[in-house]
Amino acid sequence: MKMTDRRITLLFTCITGLTILILVFIIGFIMVKGLPGLTLSFLLESPKEMGRTGGIFPAIVGTVLLTGMAVVIAAPVGVLTAVYLTEYTRDTWLPKIVRFGTESLAGIPSIIFGLFGFLFFVIYMDLGWSVLSGALTLSAMILPTIVRTSEEAIRAVPDAYREVSFALGSTRWQTVTSVVLPSAKPGIMTGVMLAVGRAIGETAAVIFTAGSSLRLPGTLLDSTRTLPVHFYILAREGISLENAYSTALVLILLILVINITAYAVMNRLANKGR
Amino acid sequence: MHNKETLIQWLLATVALSAIAVLALIIIFIFKEGSPVIARLGLAKFITGTKWSPTRGMFGILPMILGSVWVTLGALLIGVPMGLATAIFLAEMAPPGASRILKFAIQLLAGIPSVVFGFIGLVILVPFIRQWIGGPGFSVLAAAIVLGIMILPTIVSVCYDVFKAVPEAYREGMLALGATRWQTIKMVVLPAAKSGIIAAVILGMGRAIGETMAVIMVAGNATKIPVSPLEPVRTLTSNIALEMGYAIGEHREALFATGIVLFIIIALLNTLARIVARSEKV
Amino acid sequence: MSEKKNIIINVQGGGSSAGARAVLSEVAEVGMLSRELQGDEKALIPTIIAYDAIAIIVHPLNPSCNLDITEIRSIFAGEITNWSEVGGNARKIHIVAREEGSGTRGAFDEIIMGETEVAPGAIVQDSNGAVREIIAGDPSAIGYLSLGLVDKRVKAMAISGVLPSVDTVTEKTYKLVRPMILATLENPGKETRDFISFCLSEKAREILAREGLVPVAPTAAGRSPKPDHDK
Repeated sequence: MKMTDRRITLLFTCITGLTILILVFIIGFIMVKGLPGLTLSFLLESPKEMGRTGGIFPAIVGTVLLTGMAVVIAAPVGVLTAVYLTEYTRDTWLPKIVRFGTESLAGIPSIIFGLFGFLFFVIYMDLGWSVLSGALTLSAMILPTIVRTSEEAIRAVPDAYREVSFALGSTRWQTVTSVVLPSAKPGIMTGVMLAVGRAIGETAAVIFTAGSSLRLPGTLLDSTRTLPVHFYILAREGISLENAYSTALVLILLILVINITAYAVMNRLANKGR
Repeated sequence: MHNKETLIQWLLATVALSAIAVLALIIIFIFKEGSPVIARLGLAKFITGTKWSPTRGMFGILPMILGSVWVTLGALLIGVPMGLATAIFLAEMAPPGASRILKFAIQLLAGIPSVVFGFIGLVILVPFIRQWIGGPGFSVLAAAIVLGIMILPTIVSVCYDVFKAVPEAYREGMLALGATRWQTIKMVVLPAAKSGIIAAVILGMGRAIGETMAVIMVAGNATKIPVSPLEPVRTLTSNIALEMGYAIGEHREALFATGIVLFIIIALLNTLARIVARSEKV
Repeated sequence: MSEKKNIIINVQGGGSSAGARAVLSEVAEVGMLSRELQGDEKALIPTIIAYDAIAIIVHPLNPSCNLDITEIRSIFAGEITNWSEVGGNARKIHIVAREEGSGTRGAFDEIIMGETEVAPGAIVQDSNGAVREIIAGDPSAIGYLSLGLVDKRVKAMAISGVLPSVDTVTEKTYKLVRPMILATLENPGKETRDFISFCLSEKAREILAREGLVPVAPTAAGRSPKPDHDK
C-alpha cells in the first residue's frame, strides 16, 4: 500500500515537473533566441522593410495606446458594475441579468470579439481600422475579468467597516467612496493588471479591429499594429525570425512584469489579511 | 439626500447593464451578418455539408465542426490528466512553500500570449512530428498538444481551488482510519471535488474551442475531415481568421455564419457549466 | 507617392474582388486586381501595369525540378500523391495551397486547375510567407507563391521546361502568370489618369521591379484612353 503511495507521489511530482519545465522552456527558448536582437535601438527605432530590419517602436506605442485606452474604458465600468453587484442589490432580477451578462462575456472567444468589433466599431460606427476600434473591442473583452476581480476585492472588505460608516451617518454612496473602494483598491488594481496582461497578448480580436499598419498612429482613428500582431506577421510570413524572437521577448517580458507585480500586490494583501 | 442615493443606484444599475448590452450587440451583429447565408442554404446543409469551397459557392462546415471537436478532445486528453495530477500534487502532496511558488509559475504560463504558444508549436512541435511520427507535421496532434498545454493553467488553478475547498476534516477522518494519502485523495478528496473538476474541464474545453491564432499556426487548415491525428485539420475559429482577409459577399457572410455556430457551441458549454455549478451548491 | 503634388491617395486593403467591387460601386476611383477582370467587372477599363509570375516551389533538396501543367494539376487535385509518380523520390507529397479568396489562389486555380478542385486535404496558409516557410522546412512539400518572394531556402520549379524569370514572363513562355491591373470606370478624372500614367512611368517601373514584379514594356504603356491589355 505504502509502495503505491510513493509511486503515485513520484508520478505526480514528475507531471508537475513537466508542467513547470514547459513554462521554463518556452520562456527560456524565447529569451535565448530573442536576447541577441534586443537592443535599445530595436526598441526605439521604426521598422524598415515591413519589419525585416529596424525596430518595433510603433508596435510598442500601438500596444501601450490600445491597452491603456481599453483599461481607461473598461476599468470604471467594471468597478462600478462590481460596486452595484456587491453594495446595492438585493435579490432582484437585475443583478441576475448583470451576472449572466458578465459570465457569458467571459466565455466568448476572442475571435468572436474580433468579428464583432469589425462589424460594429470598424464598419457600423465607421471608426475604421483604428486605435479606437481596437481599444473598444479589447475593453469589452477584459470587462468580465475586471468585474469579477473587483467584486472579490469589494466582498473582502469587512462588513464592520461599512457598519461604522453607516453609524457615523454616511449614506451608502459615501460609504462606497470613502470606505469600501479605498480598502478594496489594491485588490481592484490586481484585477486590472491581470486584465492588462490579457489584453497585451491578444491578437485575434486586435488584428480585425486595429488593423496592422506599421506607421506610428497620429490620431486615435489611425490604424496601428500591436506587439503580438507584429510578432505574428513577422513569424508567420517568415519576414525576419530574429526580429520575431526579439519582439516576442519584449512582449513576454512586458506581460511577466505586469503579472508578477499583480501577484506581488495580491500576496501582500493576503499576508496582511492574516 | 435620499433622492440622490436613488439616482446613484439607478446610474450604477445602468452602468452594470453594459456587459449584457455588449453581449446583446455581439449577438445582434454577428447573427445579422451571418444568418442570411444560413437561411439561404438551410441550417442542416450548412452544418452537415462536407465541402467548403466558397469560390464555387459550396459552404459546408462539417469538417471544421469535427475539426474543432477532435482538436478539443485531444487537448483535453493531454491537458486534463496533466492538469489534474499537477493540481493534486500542489494541493495535497507538495509542501506549502513549494506549492505556492509552483502555483505562481503556472499562473505565469497562463499569461503567455497564444501567438507565442503557436509559434513554439510551429518551430518545434511541427518539425518534430513530421520527422519522427509522420505526415506533414501540421496536424490534429500538433494542435491538440499546443492547446493541451494552453489549457493546463486553467485546469490546474480551478482544480487546485476546488481541492483546497474540501474540508480538512474529511482527510483527517480517512487518515485516522489508517488510509494512505493516495487512498484519501482517491476516496475522499476527488469525489468531493467531482463537480468542480467537471467545471474545470468545461472551462478548458471552452478555451480550447475558442483559441484561434495558435491553432491556425500549427493545424495546417485543410478542409478535409481528418481520419488520422497526423492529418492537417481546420477548426471553426481558424476558418474565420484564415479567410476573413479577402472574403467578400456570400463568402464573408459564411465566415460570420461560422462565427454563429461557434458562438452557439460556446453558449451551450457555458450553460452546461452553469448547470454543473448549480448542482454543486445543492 | 511623395512627389505627387497635393493628391492624397487612400489605400484600402481587401483583395482583387473588393478592388473591382469598390470601383463598380463608385466608392473608389481605382481598383487594383491581381487577376483578369471577370463577369460584370468587364464593364471596367483595365490597365495592366505589371505581371507577376507565380512560382511552383519545393524544398531545395527535392531532386524534382520540372513538371508540366497536367502534373501540377494532378498533384494539387490529390490524384498524384507520391513524388515517385513524377520521377522523384519515393516520398508522399504534401500539398500547400493558399486560402480561398486570395488573388494568388484565384490565379493558380484559373490557370492550372481549371474545373478541377484542389484536394481538400491540402494544407492551407493565408500568406505567401507562410507557404514559403513550410516548403523551406519540408522536403516533401509543394506550394506556390509570387516569384518576387522566392528566396534561397526554396526552389522554383520549371513548368514544361521553362523556369519563371523576368525574361520568360516577358517572352510569355512561362505560363503561370497573372496581370496586375488598375481598373477604372470609363472616362476617369484627371487625378486618376495622372495616377495611372505615374504607375506606367519609369520611376514606377523601377519600384515594381524591386518588388519582384515584371513591369509592362514601355511601348505597351499606352497613352490611349482605353489601354489594350494584350499588347
